[in-house]
Amino acid sequence: MTIQLAQRPGFSLAQYAICLKGIVWREALRFLHQRERFVSALVRPLVWLFIFAAGFRQVLGISIIPPYDTYILYEVYITPGLIAMIQLFNGMLLSLSMVYDREMGNMRTLLVSPLPRWYLISSKLVAGTAVSFFQVYAFLAIAWFWEIEPPPIGYLTVIPALVLSGLMMGALGMLVSSLIKQLENFAGVMNFVIFPMFFASSALYPLWRVQEASPLLYDICQANPFTHATELIRFALYAKMNWVALAVVCGFLAAFMVGAILAYDPSRGFIARRGGPGGET
Amino acid sequence: MHGTEHTDPQGRPPTQTAPALEVEGVSHAYGKRQALADVSFAIAPASHTVLLGLNGAGKSTLFSLVTRLFATQRGAIRIFGHDVARAPGEALRILGVVFQPRTLDLDLSVMQNLTYHAALHGIGKREARRRAADGLARIGLADRAHDKVRDLSGGQMRRVEIARALLHRPRLLVLDEPTVGLDIKARADILAHVRALVAQEGVCVLWATHLVDEIADTDDLIVLHQGRMLAHGPVAEVLAQTGEPTVRAAFTRLTAAPESDAGSAP
Repeated sequence: MTIQLAQRPGFSLAQYAICLKGIVWREALRFLHQRERFVSALVRPLVWLFIFAAGFRQVLGISIIPPYDTYILYEVYITPGLIAMIQLFNGMLLSLSMVYDREMGNMRTLLVSPLPRWYLISSKLVAGTAVSFFQVYAFLAIAWFWEIEPPPIGYLTVIPALVLSGLMMGALGMLVSSLIKQLENFAGVMNFVIFPMFFASSALYPLWRVQEASPLLYDICQANPFTHATELIRFALYAKMNWVALAVVCGFLAAFMVGAILAYDPSRGFIARRGGPGGET
Repeated sequence: MHGTEHTDPQGRPPTQTAPALEVEGVSHAYGKRQALADVSFAIAPASHTVLLGLNGAGKSTLFSLVTRLFATQRGAIRIFGHDVARAPGEALRILGVVFQPRTLDLDLSVMQNLTYHAALHGIGKREARRRAADGLARIGLADRAHDKVRDLSGGQMRRVEIARALLHRPRLLVLDEPTVGLDIKARADILAHVRALVAQEGVCVLWATHLVDEIADTDDLIVLHQGRMLAHGPVAEVLAQTGEPTVRAAFTRLTAAPESDAGSAP
């Protein structure tokens, strides 16, 4: 297929790997430079755990529902939701960093790389997800002292779930970032993406309870990918599998991913229209 | 492969005959606003071409198209024969870009910025460090490699951006108003540096500007006004065509010409 000339069109696997490594490395460096970001990423779920959960413990009784084998504390119940929340925030911060990159012009550095655009976007996504791992395990470590002690094997089995849900939230964030024109609009993302996703899910209350209160809200929660990310993590943390959650998370991941890649595609994307509304293509 | 510094470790097609940059019938509109209208030109390898135009002439749009930030709506752009739309990878890998806005990561060090760029071109860390050290030495910033970019002056940042754009050994370097916001000395330094690249390394340069005093007599000149190309050729030729003694006068005459609809002199 390829003619053995001095030229070699395309890129070798090693070059792809170098590119991915470079993008992950830069994201990690940025993360380390912004220590406040790490602290706030950690404090947020801990506030929920230490304060909210402690207060709600008496109000909300939890019956025995899978994957739990016994009665559990409310703190234990909301931990998977808080992990998913860490990843959701991280995904949205990735989106923020892309908007910031775009405003500062850094995004151009990424996009003029000769490697395929879909690969660059995916690498950025992997980088963002990798960063969320630090946050999740730091949170789990602190939570362990708060008597949230999943089986030791759970710390391993949760990894694939974290990868999938992290990628899903990151892809969503990227899709969102292509829609935001300016940095200031990020507050809107909090209101219109993060809060609704978090509250209309199984993160804070089991869905059977929601159903008792409002069948409509129950349906909304069921349609919310965040619910399924939470459930996937919840089951995985107890070394169990929730196939429905897995399927839904994979489905949304694929959809968000395609959306993000199209959004950053020069001919179709929203970026091309940035210069003015209703660009030809 | 002919003894130039730019023999490429990855091997590049022997496209000696193709122009360094060929823009063919390119039009671009943002909604109703026409930013570029049927622009065509070709620039020869190892030449220094100045793209002269006022703000809003379409220079930045042209750059966005050449670098594939936007897809070309009409027409074609080829870099050494590689079509930007059809073979973006091959086209972009021989293209170096310095954008008008600063695109360095302020919180990372100079070296980190350079190795990041190298990684985006599939160049490994060791090779990247070596090339970066070379590049920094050449722009006189070898001792600043580990400083944060934030601590550099505007002129130094620009020089780092140029060094970065050259890291993957491009054969065509495009710069979009690279001297904006720089003081006189920094401007002169950068101009001299880029001219040396053309003379010594055979890099082809496309330099966009709205400042006529950045143009040398030996340059090729493209005049862009309200999305249309009004002149293209060696400076002497453009002067002869317009019958004016200076580029400034020639530019004024060209842009005041009645055929450019609603052309208003600055």
